[in-house]
Amino acid sequence: MLKFTFRGVRGSIASPGPETVIYGGNTTCIEVRAGSELIILDAGTGIFPLSQTLAPEFPLTCHIFISHTHWDHIQGLPFFIPMFVAGNRVKIYGGQDPVTGKGVQEALSRQLEYAFFPIREAELSAELEYISLSENQVVNIGDAQVTSVLMNHPAINYGYKVSCGGRSLFFTGDHEWPYNIYEPDDDDYQLFEDHIAQKRKSIIDAVAGVDVLIIDTAYTDDEYPAKKGWGHGSFSSSIAMARDAGVKHCFFTHHEPTRGDKGLEKAFQAAMDKHPSQPGDPKFHLARESFTFEL
Amino acid sequence: MVDEMPAFPGSVNKILQMTSSIDCAPKDLVQVIEHDPVMMAKILKLVNSAYFGLSREITSIKHGVVFVGLNTIKNLAISIATMGMLSKTGPAGLDMNRFLLHSLGTATVAKLLGKRLGVASDRATDYFVGGLLHDIGKVVFAQFMPQEMARALKRVEVEKVSLPIAEMIEIGADHAQLGGMLVEKWQLPHTLVTCIKEHHSQEQNGNTNKVLDCVVAANIMIKQMGFGCAGNLVEDRLPGHVSARFGMELAELRESMGNLDEELEKANAFICI
Repeated sequence: MLKFTFRGVRGSIASPGPETVIYGGNTTCIEVRAGSELIILDAGTGIFPLSQTLAPEFPLTCHIFISHTHWDHIQGLPFFIPMFVAGNRVKIYGGQDPVTGKGVQEALSRQLEYAFFPIREAELSAELEYISLSENQVVNIGDAQVTSVLMNHPAINYGYKVSCGGRSLFFTGDHEWPYNIYEPDDDDYQLFEDHIAQKRKSIIDAVAGVDVLIIDTAYTDDEYPAKKGWGHGSFSSSIAMARDAGVKHCFFTHHEPTRGDKGLEKAFQAAMDKHPSQPGDPKFHLARESFTFEL
Repeated sequence: MVDEMPAFPGSVNKILQMTSSIDCAPKDLVQVIEHDPVMMAKILKLVNSAYFGLSREITSIKHGVVFVGLNTIKNLAISIATMGMLSKTGPAGLDMNRFLLHSLGTATVAKLLGKRLGVASDRATDYFVGGLLHDIGKVVFAQFMPQEMARALKRVEVEKVSLPIAEMIEIGADHAQLGGMLVEKWQLPHTLVTCIKEHHSQEQNGNTNKVLDCVVAANIMIKQMGFGCAGNLVEDRLPGHVSARFGMELAELRESMGNLDEELEKANAFICI
């Protein structure tokens, strides 16, 4: 059995309010149930409402995979209630920062420093474990496997493929396809294009054939040029990836924080109109907070 | 210890200056990194390290930009730049400006020789990187064993021996061995390791590495042209297997390359910016 529930679908910063009541204002968090295992993808503010539902499962063991340590993907971590309760085991996985040499532990430790939070890391009662991942590392959790895939963002960002019982999903974390930094008439343009093609192939190969793709789709095509290099995808880039990887369902997430429910649906419809359905196309959806999908 | 080695003054200044603007052009940043042997080696070390565990070798900065991301490469460069900078001469007496010119000249000519051998454009960068890094061991000696290196350089000047021999006498190892060991430990691509380790070998030693042959020829040619100087005043002869690779001796090879001024001026101009 593999099923997931969106607990946070907003990008960059939490955006609660009357304009976002349908799709939700919490930042990225996806609850994945793989057999009897609890796997959590990212710890944005959405991890707080998730954690409020977990008391009946105490003592629990859960596995939190952090795509990258930008605020909107870790901000809920200090409020993850199971960490305060003895008997629970919380395993936190993520990449290492090559610039500082620090592992994923740094994200939580620094959030829990005196200036930022009243409770120190040493005071957390649950058993905590940190695991640093490298590219293409497979983690076995019960009957499930989680594989890390290096994506492209202004930080080391792993996408995660979760497989269980013959079903699979892929979550990109934050991702923008690399673009050429050279002009077409520069000597190095073609070389760079070749590197980009290789990178795209390596990602598409890793994602190919999953049942569900959950993908960073922050921008409309009109918005993207002004945000190029910020590390996020657009409706068109996400549709292209879903098609290339041959997925069955594609959920657009990391909604732009200033886009209300109506705007989001309008942007979605415009993208669907721009890319009319083709044979074999995935089914496209907008990710919505509290929505559960069973594979 | 070597992890703390700073980069060359020009590139440190450029990186710090460029990255203070949010509009810093990525290709300009890449160009600066690609012209500094220390930055190049350190960034290749990191992108090939277990931090990423990439299943492929990253052989150039451009490759690194695409695979680990521009902002990560940018911040790696900034972290190296903030370590300080190599002094222009330093206690070892190695003129770093002339050293850099020699390295860039060798890189430029090695790449041209690679193209001449019909190497695909996507591999030509390997030749440039090989040329740029071939003498990296000298920078390490100059930085961390300055007195011994100063004595070796003096010995070259007074006794007219080659620098590797002088280094063997004063230090017990030469810069090719040290540089090779270092980049091997740093898990840089194998071709590059061989290139650094074997660039003074007169024997083929079983290597059929085209990059190495081009770097060997370029190194000798650049030295002969007096373009920069990396402390070795003795001119090596072109090993037989390298001549065989190009089907000609050094003088003819040099002649056949035509006028290199324009290409080399680019290296010179870069240092002078």
